[in-house]
Amino acid sequence: MSRALISVPPKAKKGEVIQIKALIQHVMETGFRPNSTGVLVPRDIVTAFTCTYNGVEVFRCEMFPAMAANPFLTFHTVATESGTLEFAWSGDNGFSVRESAKIQVE
Amino acid sequence: MIRSVGWLAAFVLLSGIAAAEIPLNERRTGYDLLGPTTKAMQDDDMANPGMLWVLDGEALWARRAGTAGKACAGCHGEAADSMKGVAARYPAFNDKAGRPVDLEQRINQCRIDQQGAPALARESRELLALTVYVARQSRGLPIEDPMKDERLRPFVEAGRALYEGRQGQLNLGCAQCHDDLWDKRLVGNLISQGHPTGYPQYRLEWQAMGSLQRRLRNCLIGVRAETYPYGAPEYVDLGLYMMWRARGLPIEAPAVRP
Repeated sequence: MSRALISVPPKAKKGEVIQIKALIQHVMETGFRPNSTGVLVPRDIVTAFTCTYNGVEVFRCEMFPAMAANPFLTFHTVATESGTLEFAWSGDNGFSVRESAKIQVE
Repeated sequence: MIRSVGWLAAFVLLSGIAAAEIPLNERRTGYDLLGPTTKAMQDDDMANPGMLWVLDGEALWARRAGTAGKACAGCHGEAADSMKGVAARYPAFNDKAGRPVDLEQRINQCRIDQQGAPALARESRELLALTVYVARQSRGLPIEDPMKDERLRPFVEAGRALYEGRQGQLNLGCAQCHDDLWDKRLVGNLISQGHPTGYPQYRLEWQAMGSLQRRLRNCLIGVRAETYPYGAPEYVDLGLYMMWRARGLPIEAPAVRP
């Protein structure tokens, strides 16, 4: 199982720009590397990440073989209302991880 | 002619400087040599990739294993209490082995003797996870002086001989770089003093966790010497001497390094 670390400020003022950090454990095997017998190791990467804030998408990215292992993303959004941020990673070989974090907006 | 000048320069560089121990008050961990972004990455538990392995280790600590069906937590309880300071005094003398063992070997000894489980492979995700979880409990604590244990003295001295002795096709010892040239650069990277304060550590170059032994193999390959097999007593002795050099410096596992 892949582990993920999410950093969302637990509290924010309405209208404040907040920083969100998402780190996930993944080998990000490029598909270009041969193994010790000369056969290419099949590609195994995270291909997509989305973050939704109370159901509204606030950040999305695609990932490619050049991304480092254990991709770490930092992005910003505006604190609009109290609720839940949901994070979803998907990738090769049916890779799928979901995490969520609560935020209280005053 | 140019070639011979080059050789002469190399000869002067490598032989002209006598290896000298770094005074205690001039010691700096690899952390001090990091750039601000890598420092920020290590300092924030939500950004430090090593914490992913700490989480793995926390789960393994509580999981029953082997024929005895015991978990680490079954005997040792809360790691935050029972494992506090352990990483600051390892490698430590082990009566059963009759010599010092490192943290990884000690964990595997517990697995075999107490849990009835097979030893975890060196550099496997599970062994790194358990080791870094144990090491994490000592964060901030000063490394103990291994010379306080009389039984360890000969092994510290054996480690010192390995550290100071030249080997490999480049005919270099650890001391030539890490005692004498530690604030200089080697292909763009700052040379560290080589203090084992943050192992197992996350190296951006590896894009993964690795143990001190993996790091030592890097240097051995770098001087084109033959590496010892994983778990070899040479690594443990060398690690023990490095802990003596680093005595008093704080443990910072899991460290992040370039």
